[in-house]
Amino acid sequence: MKKVIVIGNGMVGYKFCEKLVNKANSTDFSIEVFGEEPRPAYDRVHLSEYFGDKSANELLLAPSKWYLENNIKLHTSSLISSIDPSKKEIKTYKNESFTYDYLVIVTGSSPFIPPIKGVEKKGVFVYRTLEDLDAMKSYASKLKSEGKIEAAVLGGGLLGLEAANAAKELGMNTHVIEFAPRLMPRQLDLPASNLLKQKVEAMNIQVHLEKATSEILGENGIESMAFNDNSSLKVDMLIISAGIRPRDELARNSGIKIGERGGIWVNNKMQTSEKDIYAIGEVALYNDGIYGLVAPGYDMANVAVEQITGGDLTMAPSIDMSTQLKLIGTEVASFGDPFIENDEVAVISFENKHKGIYKRINVTKDGKKLLGGILVGDASDYNTLFQLYINAMKLPENPEDLILGARGGEASSVGSVMDFPDSAQICSCESVSKGAICGMIQDETCCSVSDVVKNTKATTGCGGCKPMVVDLVNESLKALGKEVKETLCEHFSYNRQELYDLIKINKITTFNEALNLFGKGNGCETCKPALASLFASIYMETANRQITIQDSNDRFLANIQRNGTYSIVPRVPGGEITPEKLMVLGSVAKKYDLYTKITGGQRIDLFGAELHELPLIWKELIDAGFESGHAYGKSLRTVKSCVGSTWCRYGMHESVSFAIEIENRYRGLRSPHKLKGGVSGCIRECAEARGKDFGLIAVEGGWNLYVCGNGGATPKHAILLAEQLDDETCIKYLDRFLMFYIRTAAPLTRTAPWLEKLDGGIEYLKKVVIEDCLGIAEELEKEMQGLVNQYECEWKQAIEDPEMMKRFKHFVNSNDTDNNIEYVPLREQKMPKAWR
Amino acid sequence: MEQILQQYQSVASTKVMTWFHVGKINDFPENGGACIKYKAKQIAVYNFTRKSKWYACQNVCPHKMEMVLSRGMIGDLSGTPKVACPLHKKTFSLENGENLNGDDYKIATYPVKIENENVYIGFTD
Ligand code: SRM
Ligand SMILES: Cc1cc2nc3c(=O)[nH]c(=O)nc-3n(C[C@H](O)[C@H](O)[C@H](O)COP(=O)(O)OP(=O)(O)OC[C@H]3O[C@@H](n4cnc5c(N)ncnc54)[C@H](O)[C@@H]3O)c2cc1C
Ligand code: SF4
Ligand code: FES
Repeated sequence: MKKVIVIGNGMVGYKFCEKLVNKANSTDFSIEVFGEEPRPAYDRVHLSEYFGDKSANELLLAPSKWYLENNIKLHTSSLISSIDPSKKEIKTYKNESFTYDYLVIVTGSSPFIPPIKGVEKKGVFVYRTLEDLDAMKSYASKLKSEGKIEAAVLGGGLLGLEAANAAKELGMNTHVIEFAPRLMPRQLDLPASNLLKQKVEAMNIQVHLEKATSEILGENGIESMAFNDNSSLKVDMLIISAGIRPRDELARNSGIKIGERGGIWVNNKMQTSEKDIYAIGEVALYNDGIYGLVAPGYDMANVAVEQITGGDLTMAPSIDMSTQLKLIGTEVASFGDPFIENDEVAVISFENKHKGIYKRINVTKDGKKLLGGILVGDASDYNTLFQLYINAMKLPENPEDLILGARGGEASSVGSVMDFPDSAQICSCESVSKGAICGMIQDETCCSVSDVVKNTKATTGCGGCKPMVVDLVNESLKALGKEVKETLCEHFSYNRQELYDLIKINKITTFNEALNLFGKGNGCETCKPALASLFASIYMETANRQITIQDSNDRFLANIQRNGTYSIVPRVPGGEITPEKLMVLGSVAKKYDLYTKITGGQRIDLFGAELHELPLIWKELIDAGFESGHAYGKSLRTVKSCVGSTWCRYGMHESVSFAIEIENRYRGLRSPHKLKGGVSGCIRECAEARGKDFGLIAVEGGWNLYVCGNGGATPKHAILLAEQLDDETCIKYLDRFLMFYIRTAAPLTRTAPWLEKLDGGIEYLKKVVIEDCLGIAEELEKEMQGLVNQYECEWKQAIEDPEMMKRFKHFVNSNDTDNNIEYVPLREQKMPKAWR
Repeated sequence: MEQILQQYQSVASTKVMTWFHVGKINDFPENGGACIKYKAKQIAVYNFTRKSKWYACQNVCPHKMEMVLSRGMIGDLSGTPKVACPLHKKTFSLENGENLNGDDYKIATYPVKIENENVYIGFTD
């Protein structure tokens, strides 16, 4: 048995292990890994998500038990201090020695710290490890408690912008300082950078270009930065992101050949100058370059594994450095050679300043091949363009179609993914080709996207290829004559619309009955709430009847908060509230010590109620004339209003009155996703009606009705459905529209994506709602009226029934309450103690 | 954090020293859970009516250390009974406590005994 020692347990080090243990002859090798970091390898590419919802554990590429199960001896917190190639031996910082047959150096890189006076000061950070992020986070929160909020990032490259976004998310007022005259100077040309700068500044991150930092000033910690042009900037915290330096110190001190500007020299077999020593990842100097991306690192890992296990795979001579900027709320991508300009090349670019889109492609003069390009503002074509480039595919007759896209509503000129050659690399992180994906469907190894992901690991790296993988799987299934079926989950092989019909026609009234008749197994957190929503939409059944199939918020008729307590949002139709009712909210909030805030939906949210307090609080609110606001349900939330013609000098109609009427009409209505409405008194649109699932705007002669808009993650303006309607017609159309949506949308699909998928789009919707082309208009109205008539406040229902009240006790066997809940003060109120 | 988690260690039915009475079967909703208290521990107890089985596990979710698992939805994944945490929907096997999303979390499980409509949970202390 041969012994392989791996130094470094980062992304590429892990990938090397994974590939090695998956080799047929892996049992001929024993693997021992030394990593300096305290944890096993984690996903550095998604490091910034640590500031969001991801914990350190979730970022791990594999849990510690994976190493055990695969007989890999992993030493964490173990820095290797020397290598003796003549004895084939390494030493740890504790001076323990280990011998190897093969050594793989995967020590990655470290952030480059420019030699600026004062960089050693407190408050200066780099952005590479989980520990760096922890340190930044606690420093930022200390700063904020002192009222200091200025942060700067040195470096406006890919990583610098990501770090800036992170600093902003920490609540800091953030600046980006770049030496070059452009942002992302390695990927973008001037027009692209100008546009990106605008977008970044619109996100409240200040950009300073052509700024050379001369000194970092401050007593204890950093207080300001001085620049060569004699200007300065007040800064309480600085993140340096000025490039990377390979961590080649270990190899350098052991006599292994190092490049002039650093990096461990390797040949195309990933061999270093010393026998049986390999170097891969960001530390390796291949073809005179260091590659700061995972995809080339993974390719290197593959080559090293092949070489060590007796194969003859070598590294391709040129390395692709195409990238997409992630996380920063605007789309940016560059591929191939983004800048190339010479006699052989035609540059085609397109700019729409109004929409904030810039696209550039570099094409050979004969128009046959794509050499590279840049996309800002809309990178939806990135995957296709990248495939055309990387596979050197023939371009359409008019290459400009590639970026001008589908004009006049026709299909994209690029064609479908199915036109790519089998060798096209779809997932570059995991090197998965189109042929591999389609092949697995054809030979029935896989029959779904999740099978393909499990088998190939495609999409598990940067995730950018996901849409193409989905398309490939679906198209291949279709080509085999197999039905591509959207099914709810493993328990129901029907989609939501089919289940809607099945439940209605068969008059099914319980989840168990539905599962016995149309499903299998015992249900799950996907199908239970989906069916609960169907029962509610068909029978106006409240969440009190089948409590254990409700999504957990619906089960307790309140939104669960980060510490397991709940919030309380009574309905305030149209946002209109009397002083008396406001005082009730105030006194209840005070009595139960609830954090109080005005929501974005024109009402008031009271936070921090414990489970057992919910019915007590709701009893007081209901006695004072409030009812549930359904803030927890996939149901009507609010109908926002502006003050309208009653007070406003521009108002055309009574927008508040109409908003209240509509909110009261549809209150409690359960739907595939939440529903929001808005009514504005004139085209100034103060109620943001066009940002809602349905919106009304008062015009001369009536209301204009807009549908299928939303704010949120993918904002969409609502589209005009009908003009100048009177109140009655307006409600008639709304009934039809909403009921049609409720019947036909997939679970958790809001109206905008629903419309996008609806064959025929808005024109078809107009035909259904206005012209009644399906002949169901009357039925839809009747159904809606039935639901409206049956409305009941579910909180009132709950507090009046002792059996229903049982669920609001924290313990079945004790009147104690949860002693795990802790608060810290926040301004004059309180908030949950941070997560551990 | 470690401290909270260390309180909870799976108990095998053969190792039970105390069968603690926690209530009547109808104190627990059908196909759902509720929480009980034993000394300083919070235990989630599930009445999995569809399978005619009972399960119990720690109430604290190892992801963010909140006492919430009893309020999660139960169901199964390819036959393995599971609970989904109400906060971020991580799912855990009710049989052996393993995380079913492939994360490195585990929850402790406890044996449940039903006698004459009474529900008992097994502990070693
Ligand atoms: C309280 C509130 C924020 C605030 O303090 O103002 C809020 C809070 C939450 N929002 Fe919101 N949203 C609130 C107004 C909004 C608005 C503004 C509006 O309604 O005008 C939007 C954008 C408009 C829109 O929805 O189109 C908004 C877009 C979202 C989204 C993104 C939806 C999307 O389609 O992309 C989510 C996530 C989701 O629903 O899946 C969300 C989800 C949530 C959840 C439910 C997240 C969660 O699961 O815990 C938050 C729970 C609130 C709670 O516990 O009470 N919230 N949320 C607002 C309550 C309004 C109300 O009175 O009911
Ligand atoms: C915030 C951020 C975002 C990124 N985003 C992207 C992206 O979107 N796309 C992309 O392709 N790439 C991205 N990258 C780059 C990507 O993370 C790296 O290319 C990749 O991690 C390189 O892998 P590696 O194994 O070579 O190095 P690393 O992951 O750095 O691993 C090297 C490991 O070796 C250890 N080590 C070093 N010296 C020793 C020693 N002497 N003894 C023991 N252990 C040692 C180090 O502690 C480290 O854990 C990003 C990087 C960061 C920091
Ligand atoms: S309230 Fe809405 S926007 Fe704010 S953190 Fe929660 S989900 Fe996000
Ligand atoms: S706290 Fe349970 S999944 Fe996050």
